[in-house]
Amino acid sequence: MEELGLTKPKGLKAEKKGAQENYLNSRTGFLSWIVTLDHKRIGILYLVSILTSFFLGGMFALMVRTELIASGKTIMDAETYNKAFTLHGAIMIFLVIIPSIPAALGNFVLPMMLGAKDVAFPKLNLLSYYFWVGGAIFALVSLVTGGLDTGWTFYTPYSTITTTSVSAVLFGAFLLGFSSIFTGLNFIVTIHFLRTDGLTWFKLPLLVWALYATAIIQVLATPVLGITLLLLIAERLLGIGIFNPALGGDPVLFQHFFWFYSHPAVYIMILPAMGIISELIPIHSRKHIFGYKFIAFSSLAIAIISFLVWGHHMFVSGQSNLANMIFSGLTFAVAIPSAIKVFNWLATMYKGSIRLNTPMLYALSFIFLFLVGGLTGLFLGALATDVHLHDTYFVVAHFHYTMMGGALMAFIGGIHHWWPKMFGRMYSERFGKIAFWLVFIGFNITFIPQFLLGIQGMPRRYADYPQEFTTLHQVSSIGSYIMAVGFFLTAIYLVHSLFRGKPAPANPWGGASLEWHTASPPIKENFLSPPQAYDPYDFTRLVYQPDREEYILREEINPSLA
Amino acid sequence: MNFPIAYFTFFGQKFLLYIVEAGRILPPSASATNVDKLFFFILAITGFFFFLIVGLMLIFLILYRHRLGVEAKEAPKHNLPLELTWTVIPLVLVFVIFLAGFKGYMDMAIAPLETYEINVTGQRWNWLFTYPNGYIDKELHVPTNQAVTLVITSEDVIHSLFIPALRLKRDAVPGRYSKLWFKVTVPGEYPIYCAEYCGTGHSTMLTKMVVHEAGEYEKWLEKSSSYILTLSPVEAGKKLFETRGCMQCHSVDGSRKIGPTFKDFFGESVTLRDGKKVIAEENYVRESITEPLAKVVGGFDPVMPTYKGRLKDAEISAIIAYLKSLSKKGRANLELEKAREKEEETKGDSSQTSQEGNATQEKKI
Amino acid sequence: MKGAENVHGGHGQHAHLAHHFTSLKQQYESTKLGMWLFLITEVLLFGGLFVAYSVYRANHPEIFIYGHKYLDTRLGAINTVILICSSLTIALGVRCAQLGQRGLLILFLALTILGGLGFLGIKYVEYEQKWKHGLLWGKLYKPQAHSEREMNSVESIENPENRDTATTNSIPLGNAQTASEANNGADTSLEQTQSTGIIVEATSRTNLNQAETQGHSPESATIEDKPKNVQLFFAVYFAMTGLHGLHVLIGIIAISVILVMAVKGKFSPMNFTAVDLTGLYWHLVDLIWIYLFPLFYLIH
Repeated sequence: MEELGLTKPKGLKAEKKGAQENYLNSRTGFLSWIVTLDHKRIGILYLVSILTSFFLGGMFALMVRTELIASGKTIMDAETYNKAFTLHGAIMIFLVIIPSIPAALGNFVLPMMLGAKDVAFPKLNLLSYYFWVGGAIFALVSLVTGGLDTGWTFYTPYSTITTTSVSAVLFGAFLLGFSSIFTGLNFIVTIHFLRTDGLTWFKLPLLVWALYATAIIQVLATPVLGITLLLLIAERLLGIGIFNPALGGDPVLFQHFFWFYSHPAVYIMILPAMGIISELIPIHSRKHIFGYKFIAFSSLAIAIISFLVWGHHMFVSGQSNLANMIFSGLTFAVAIPSAIKVFNWLATMYKGSIRLNTPMLYALSFIFLFLVGGLTGLFLGALATDVHLHDTYFVVAHFHYTMMGGALMAFIGGIHHWWPKMFGRMYSERFGKIAFWLVFIGFNITFIPQFLLGIQGMPRRYADYPQEFTTLHQVSSIGSYIMAVGFFLTAIYLVHSLFRGKPAPANPWGGASLEWHTASPPIKENFLSPPQAYDPYDFTRLVYQPDREEYILREEINPSLA
Repeated sequence: MNFPIAYFTFFGQKFLLYIVEAGRILPPSASATNVDKLFFFILAITGFFFFLIVGLMLIFLILYRHRLGVEAKEAPKHNLPLELTWTVIPLVLVFVIFLAGFKGYMDMAIAPLETYEINVTGQRWNWLFTYPNGYIDKELHVPTNQAVTLVITSEDVIHSLFIPALRLKRDAVPGRYSKLWFKVTVPGEYPIYCAEYCGTGHSTMLTKMVVHEAGEYEKWLEKSSSYILTLSPVEAGKKLFETRGCMQCHSVDGSRKIGPTFKDFFGESVTLRDGKKVIAEENYVRESITEPLAKVVGGFDPVMPTYKGRLKDAEISAIIAYLKSLSKKGRANLELEKAREKEEETKGDSSQTSQEGNATQEKKI
Repeated sequence: MKGAENVHGGHGQHAHLAHHFTSLKQQYESTKLGMWLFLITEVLLFGGLFVAYSVYRANHPEIFIYGHKYLDTRLGAINTVILICSSLTIALGVRCAQLGQRGLLILFLALTILGGLGFLGIKYVEYEQKWKHGLLWGKLYKPQAHSEREMNSVESIENPENRDTATTNSIPLGNAQTASEANNGADTSLEQTQSTGIIVEATSRTNLNQAETQGHSPESATIEDKPKNVQLFFAVYFAMTGLHGLHVLIGIIAISVILVMAVKGKFSPMNFTAVDLTGLYWHLVDLIWIYLFPLFYLIH
């Protein structure tokens, strides 16, 4: 029943183009998009921009993997390699993963989940997008004017003495930081005040809780990154000397500042991903989420503890043993809320009716990959083992399992899940599944060897490596090509669906949260009238209509039930 | 390790042989063995949970797969005892891991009172090891069964000294000294990497740790320290050039660094900052080492520190010989002057020393 | 700022109610919370610098004790009073906006702007003095012993009794210690050459190590009068007061916009959110200065 995507659109029937007014066709033209204040359109703008950046960052990743396919020089020299891995990291972190779920998917669905017409500050929302564009432009400027070779972490004093165009990227990252702050600020206010009547805190979908926790981190941590980047710019342009050991400054202070933001930032990346999984698992298992409050509060717990663990990036930097002990202990504390979520997702699947479609496959792969990422984090949190594994490929594999296997897989799963809502079209399930398996298998082939490399002591950020590491590097590179094929396939069938896809019904998956109770795509103001709030995980109220291939509310069939 | 993990450790060692060192060597120190034990202890715990969760996931996928017309069964929405169980058990386990990690770390962090100290300086892109007698080498040589402390710092950017075989790593931070200690029990050669990204040559910042058999280390140190006598002047000069900071600012391949390159430098005419020209011959090079700011080459800043008192005369002569070997004219001279040079050196030695003495006295006044 | 959200019209509801809000109360609460969150980000932006200050002051107290003598407490105090007064005037302005007293609102806004400009003016005088005497950050720190001595001796001759008056004229220099340094000029100049020497050395990468060893070893305390790395004090000083000055400037611009709107009669007891939010911002800017003043000027 699901393999209908690429066959001729049978269901076109009444829904001819333009027959129904929605946010996509209510106004047309380039200008109507670039000055739009509609949260859905801003979400789409973000989505397109982020996916473009993802392509760019992915190209750099392939360059890196290709260079590492053999020891010695393969396709580029060390300087070019250093720029390639730096730009891969900087683009993926600042331009792709941090804004991916909150700014693209969150912008699109959050107000609808709340039953609101828009976010609290639509103009600020658009401004946030243009800050993102500004940041991206500065990143591109640096590409043209000599690249960047500091690593995405900008460690001083290297970043103050290298001759590449660091300042441009720093300023770009500063703008991106404010873009992120504006999104977070907007979400907090929206969640506080724009919920529809009767939508209490504990009736919110868990994605909203996750985005709320994320927004807290965005608002509280990002300004510290902002001032750090400003100081580094001042260091480079004015020689202010705060991080320069030759002038009495302390280069390690930079690391403290940087990780004070950047560790919470990994939770900016993973929390919304967990939120998406908390939506996808119950909906596609047709079962009420298990342990709602535990999942909701674990998001907040993660947000709070995430501010107290930054020092675990610096166990070998000469930090005092006491500090190391405290940061190690707190790091383990942050593992608990994540574990709670995983168990709750499992319990949600218990006795469900599990549909293995593309979004669900991504959700399950999230559990698998994030589990690996999280469990390998224990090796890095334990002081004795971290000393060996720190700054090796073990760390590289670990954070790719969490950032890519976690955040990005959830993002792609989320795109598939809300794709019918966003564009009113169904994609091909068959190709969706093929692409998923390519990505999933390719991912593991890429990164499992990197764990082994790390254990053997292969340091990260090496343009070249001793002969004995060759085999594992080659396997890893092959995996990355398989993954790339998967992503290209995804891009092709998704774009294809925009033109040839079957028109999507309002509620193809049987979601109970409010965004599924409006048309696909939604009208400009989201809802005709303020919607009624009820439990977003109560799927018993929805009945599948095989002829329409969608779910509708029981009371619509039989009003006496209402 | 005080935990009942004998089984896993046993399993660990075998597994270790396979993946960690590709079947070649066991960790050559007690603390590294402890790190491995902890590693496999964590691997056992995480492996258990990984298979538990993925297994349950797969079982649920099969048992509760979607069937047309079959609704999900009724099941509780929450269960406090269950929630608390899977909160508390992981909490206890991670606490155990934390304690084990902390204990292992403290063993590595706290050095015994009596250790053999070697200074380590990271610079782009090599490591310099200064031994207690002042000898500087690009490789780390240590005796077996002797606690060694490395005092690590950096000349430029942050580096990180990484000895995978010992499971040890420590950042080299400019302006700070950090310490690392170990006691190796198995003689042999072990690779050393730079683990903190430091630029173009990061992946070439490799060297090795040579662990000598009992009694051999002292012989090695004595022999190496007298390299100025044992090596040819050109070779000795090259070693000095690489270990005394010359190569940080002067290239030998013609590329421009902070100071002029020494490729085809010796014997050629040089234009100074004030426009005058000099021939870069022995006296000029010697003067430039002891009084670097006297005649600075045009186009470069006067930033070189003096090496007066930091290099002996024999060492300066060796460097001059090395510079000669880098230029066409120098190489020609080298052949001719080989015999004569020794005499000049002994002469210049005495006069130079007295001059130096005068100069320092003047400064004090 | 975010108050501007209320400009685009609704569905024939209230004129100031944006289409996506259901009531004026909801809109007001939202904008207010938004502003508070924005202020939190501002506090954290400065928070980073306060942490940097604390770290360096804890590690090198002597630098801060020495460096602060170059700051003019009197000018700092005047600026503090100015900002506190301007906080009062903007608070009164908000009150007037709530009560719909347009004339008084305009007056108080103008007074606040005046206060802000006065603050920046005095800050300019302070900065210019530092600039003149090379009391800057990083490598630009080149204190001019010569001019210091000249100015000081002139002042002490002209005003032997009233050193305080002299202080205001020769801003960074008029304190007992520098004056005594000036008296034995030979010492001072030697010291100065030494310190500049160190800076020059430090720029050379090869000598970095040496400079650092000096900076970190306890022997560095032997030079009592002038600690190493005084430039660090000025780096932190300029970073913090500079960022604060920038915020004052932004505040003045924001209040000017409000002033123009007030003159055009855009505010009413029903619609004064923009004034309220700008007031909050200005209070924050003042508050930060209240912390900066003792941290830099009143070190003992």
